[in-house]
Amino acid sequence: MRISHAIFEKNVIVLIIGILVTVSIGGLVQLVPLFTMEQTIEKVEGVRPYSPLELMGRNIYIREGCYLCHSQMIRPFRDEAERFGHYSLAAESMYDHPFQWGSKRTGPDLARVGGKYSNEWHVAHLIDPRSVVPESIMPPYAFLAHKDLPFDDIADHLKALRITGVPYTDEEIADARKDVIAQATGGDADTSGVAQRYPKAVMGDFDGDPTRITEMDALVAYLQMLGTLVDFKDYRPAADYR
Amino acid sequence: MSAAIAAAPSLRTPVRYEEAVIKKFTVATVFWGVTGFLVGVVIAWQLAFPALNLGLEWTTFGRLRPLHTSAVIFAFGGNALLGTSLYVVQRTCRTHLFGGPAFANFIFWGYQLFIVMAASGYVLGITQSKEYAEPEWYVDIWLTIVWVCYLICFAGTLIRRQEPHIYVANWFYLAFILTIAMLHIVNNLAVPVSFTGTKSYIYWSGVQDAMTQWWYGHNAVGFFLTAGFLGIMYYFIPKQANRPVYSYRLSIVHFWTLIFLYIWAGPHHLHYTALPDWAQTLGMIFSIMLWMPSWGGMINGIMTLSGAWDKLRTDPILRFLVVSVAFYGMSTFEGPMMAIKAVNSLSHYTDWTIGHVHSGALGWVAFVSFGAIYFLVPKLWNRERLYSLRLVTYHFWIATIGIVLYITAMWISGIMQGLMWRAYDTLGFLQYSFIETVEAMHPYYVIRATGGTMFLLGSLIMVYNVWKTIRGDLRHEAAFAQPVRIVTGAAE
Repeated sequence: MRISHAIFEKNVIVLIIGILVTVSIGGLVQLVPLFTMEQTIEKVEGVRPYSPLELMGRNIYIREGCYLCHSQMIRPFRDEAERFGHYSLAAESMYDHPFQWGSKRTGPDLARVGGKYSNEWHVAHLIDPRSVVPESIMPPYAFLAHKDLPFDDIADHLKALRITGVPYTDEEIADARKDVIAQATGGDADTSGVAQRYPKAVMGDFDGDPTRITEMDALVAYLQMLGTLVDFKDYRPAADYR
Repeated sequence: MSAAIAAAPSLRTPVRYEEAVIKKFTVATVFWGVTGFLVGVVIAWQLAFPALNLGLEWTTFGRLRPLHTSAVIFAFGGNALLGTSLYVVQRTCRTHLFGGPAFANFIFWGYQLFIVMAASGYVLGITQSKEYAEPEWYVDIWLTIVWVCYLICFAGTLIRRQEPHIYVANWFYLAFILTIAMLHIVNNLAVPVSFTGTKSYIYWSGVQDAMTQWWYGHNAVGFFLTAGFLGIMYYFIPKQANRPVYSYRLSIVHFWTLIFLYIWAGPHHLHYTALPDWAQTLGMIFSIMLWMPSWGGMINGIMTLSGAWDKLRTDPILRFLVVSVAFYGMSTFEGPMMAIKAVNSLSHYTDWTIGHVHSGALGWVAFVSFGAIYFLVPKLWNRERLYSLRLVTYHFWIATIGIVLYITAMWISGIMQGLMWRAYDTLGFLQYSFIETVEAMHPYYVIRATGGTMFLLGSLIMVYNVWKTIRGDLRHEAAFAQPVRIVTGAAE
């Protein structure tokens, strides 16, 4: 039987159905298995949800469009390993809503920037990038140091993320506000709760102004934890070949 | 047969087409085009001279870049697509718009509101950070409502057509409308922090979010910037050249293979990332296959000029349309090449990608839109012709030289930076620090920004020409080139 193309040209509904079927196949084949195949995300120790302060810092990172010039995805090449560290694992962004892998490296990759520079360096660099890297073309973000971090609704953020599947506990949601203050104050504050709930979280008064919690505190707290959660001494790539 | 429908208007009862809204879309296309190009020029100069970030939170590259991409894709491109599609669907169906003028006006103003809400959000830092899907949840919901109305208007007009067949341009427009709806809804699923605030968290995470995003992102290219604009190609090139579409059979093959293959190409944005290898390989293979339908479409567009090639000398509007298809052919060759993993290992994260996008966006999308605008303005405002064809020629050449400066600068800077990143010295150390590779980009960023500035200048010439045409002025001028009459058998 010869099927004429006229059936699509003479009937809008048939044309619509034909288009919808045709454009659905590729997406279904590529997307559905990522949710069903277990080896998509490696089984590694150490990955945890963001602490409330880190989460607020991450939201500033998103707000300022940092992902437009900085990737957070190290590819498995020799030069990238030497420059930025171990290649990125899928597990390391499993709690990232949305992901921040980026698509352009106008500036360097930040997937493992945590712990590489001091808090003071980050603050100086964000206030005036060319004061520490003369050739830099990054915009200045001095205003972050002047803006108080709004975190009254931090519990709502954790609740929204729990709906998407991030395993925040009731306790973590209840103590979220307290945890922001403790982590951003460091020193004298009681940080044991944060440390226990969010292992490896970096504590301290990041921006050098202990009297207030600024957006700078949050952003630097986020930058300082990037890529530090997984201990690669224990990681065997062969075990979870994708 | 389908070509005959496009080329020969009705001989039966005249139809009163709904054209007031098309005029609005045309003016909006020109306005948002210039706005988007201007923001692009600003951020291009910012990369060359960072002091231009001005130290203000609202004017940093990070906040203006989404403003640029959204303004050119969704505001300029979107208005061009909505306007031309609603024009073409009426003409090729010989009926007026479904839903009437009020419904069409709602679609127009609803779409402009979407643009303004998205754009003002970026400057204030309201973004969900998914490239080309930056608007937050409330803007996404509004766009969904407007888009469904657009679909109803378009499909409703198709249903009550007075022609037996649906013309090929409308297949492409319909695929564009349907697929963008699907992509938009799935990619933007999010949980708002509160219904009175702007912030939300995307439902997907990590690797699944990455795949969903680039399934969306690449098909924003495939369906918004390609299928939709192919609809423009399939109507406006035959009309302007006054020739039928080259091959009806090729247009059928072109249509179904293009929309089937495009949707698979997303993973080539994620080569060598934490996306599983099987998905990367699928993305690479289908991206390479995509070369074929792309060139099938290019051949169908360019060969429509068979027997009318001489018009390229004398008709600058046709030149815009045809050169746009040539740029389409060039960037749809470059794209599959860059989707090969070995090539991508060099090109990814560099300016080569930016150059590739712009050879498509400036050369293909913008040029075919300029051609359609120059075609539409005298028709819609009932003028004898454009104010000045010489100005169209100036626009064409200034913009073309601008594009060439842009893409060659990005080829050099992209390939150079990719090579510098992986360069080792004789002792086995990395040869360049990262910042040295940034510093090396400076001259190319200046050249790129210069090219972009020329492209903007060309579009300002268009604004003047369109404005004078709408006013009803005619510039008395001799054409740059006259048709050549070939006398056979004449003595040498």
